Amino acid sequence: MEAKIEVQHLTKRFGPVTAVDDVTFSVGRGEVLGFLGPNGAGKSTTMKMITGFLAPTRGTASICGLDIIARPIEAKRHIGYLPEGAPAYPDMTPSGFLSFVARIRGFDGAEAKKRIGLAVERTTLGTVLDQPIETLSKGFKRRVGLAQALLHDPEVLILDEPTDGLDPNQKHEVRNLIGVLAPEKAIVISTHILEEVDAVCSRAIVIAGGKVLIDDTPGKFAARSRHHNSVRLMLADPAIDARTALLRLPGVASVETVEDGEGKALLVVPQEGRSIIAEVTDLVRTAGWPVAALRVERGKLDDVFRDITMKAA
Amino acid sequence: MRSTLIIFRRELASYFATPLAYIFIVIFLVMAGTFAFFIGNFFGRGQADLQPFFQFHPWLYLVLIPALSMRLWAEERKSGTIELFLTLPISMTEAVLGKFLAAWAFAGIALILTFPFWITVNILGSPDNGVIVASYIGSFLMAGAYLAIGGALSALTKSQIIAFVVTAAVCFFFTVSGSSIVLSFLNGWAPAGLMANLAFFSFLTHFNAIIRGVIDLRDLVFFISVMALCLFANAILVDLKKAD
Repeated sequence: MEAKIEVQHLTKRFGPVTAVDDVTFSVGRGEVLGFLGPNGAGKSTTMKMITGFLAPTRGTASICGLDIIARPIEAKRHIGYLPEGAPAYPDMTPSGFLSFVARIRGFDGAEAKKRIGLAVERTTLGTVLDQPIETLSKGFKRRVGLAQALLHDPEVLILDEPTDGLDPNQKHEVRNLIGVLAPEKAIVISTHILEEVDAVCSRAIVIAGGKVLIDDTPGKFAARSRHHNSVRLMLADPAIDARTALLRLPGVASVETVEDGEGKALLVVPQEGRSIIAEVTDLVRTAGWPVAALRVERGKLDDVFRDITMKAA
Repeated sequence: MRSTLIIFRRELASYFATPLAYIFIVIFLVMAGTFAFFIGNFFGRGQADLQPFFQFHPWLYLVLIPALSMRLWAEERKSGTIELFLTLPISMTEAVLGKFLAAWAFAGIALILTFPFWITVNILGSPDNGVIVASYIGSFLMAGAYLAIGGALSALTKSQIIAFVVTAAVCFFFTVSGSSIVLSFLNGWAPAGLMANLAFFSFLTHFNAIIRGVIDLRDLVFFISVMALCLFANAILVDLKKAD
């Protein structure tokens, strides 16, 4: 796989504070990299360095083989960037703003019109093209920022919290859009919404305190959870004491009682690396318990995320 | 160069997208007229020239130019658009020049709209139009120098108010350093060399020479040098402060 974004030993210090500490990774065409981390972890700072807005203290990034420090203008041509908060000139209309960006990116006349049209269509901005950006809702503002980033059909997309502040339908649309674009591009999105990583990313990097803690696929990432492959069992009759019998099963490490939106249930946690669904179903059948629900958990990203970032803090 | 032009057009249009442009132009014209007629005694002097009109330009600019320059970078930093702007494929030189030239062109438009004064003196008498052209050029260059100072200072802060106040203060220093107030205060005890240097850095000294009809290339070069220096400082300051 061809690496479109190559980040090497990127480091940024603000006075005594190290915001980004020796971050190295690469992203290839067709990959969607989820950049995860608590607020202040260094996600945005890293993105600002990759896009050439901030000069790194040490290390560098290259975009399509072009070093962002040595050849900034050429490298920036290949990047579509949505900065945090999707800033845009408030007194301009989306139409005026997009034509400005199109011209700066070297498109004129019919070519500019065609590209703006496509970007507007992809971000469904058609209805607000002639309203000043300052009067638009948060969702539309974010989409103006996205349209601007997609305009020149860049090989590399860097999106800083692309779905922040959007309603569930809009989030869904943006994720679909990322999915559509993904095969052609190298995409980095930052987020602190973990379901988003599951929904769109092919890879996840967890960063905390400026350091990369994990670089893995979302699936393997979830597998680090203690609850990976555990079995959630909900009995129709809460009076039955299943705990003792479950604990005696081979491969079972512990049995926990969980109570959440779905109701009260038992969570049977396996010993590391084992699968216990077969044993649990056998037991349920032989004991003749009335089952309300039974399923295998794949492990929550949230738990892993909290474990890792708390440990680092 | 192409990018400079595109930035220039966007910036210039943005002045006219808000009431700022119209308010600025109206106030500039009203104040220029008021000063010329009432304080400068435009009619009473019985001379067909525009000196009473031009001599108040430094003082007008002192108040009005910071209002133009304060938004140049402070606004971009405050709203975060600077991050978008500077990650477009443009160089820092193009960015700084495009913005500055738009503000300067805007000041130029306000200046051109004072043409009725010129017509008036030509109807009433026969002025030396060469001096008037030179004065317009001088005034335009001086406006550019004030703007360049303001632009550089605007890069230092996110607050347009701070940018305005600091710019007005710095411009005030550059204006009065050669005026009779300061020079007579220093006269007699300060070394002559210091006084000559202070006077040299005064916009008043250079501008007054131009509007009296003494066209010296050095006066023009002075304003152009101030602009060049401030624009250079502007680029460096933007680079240093953009991420704060």
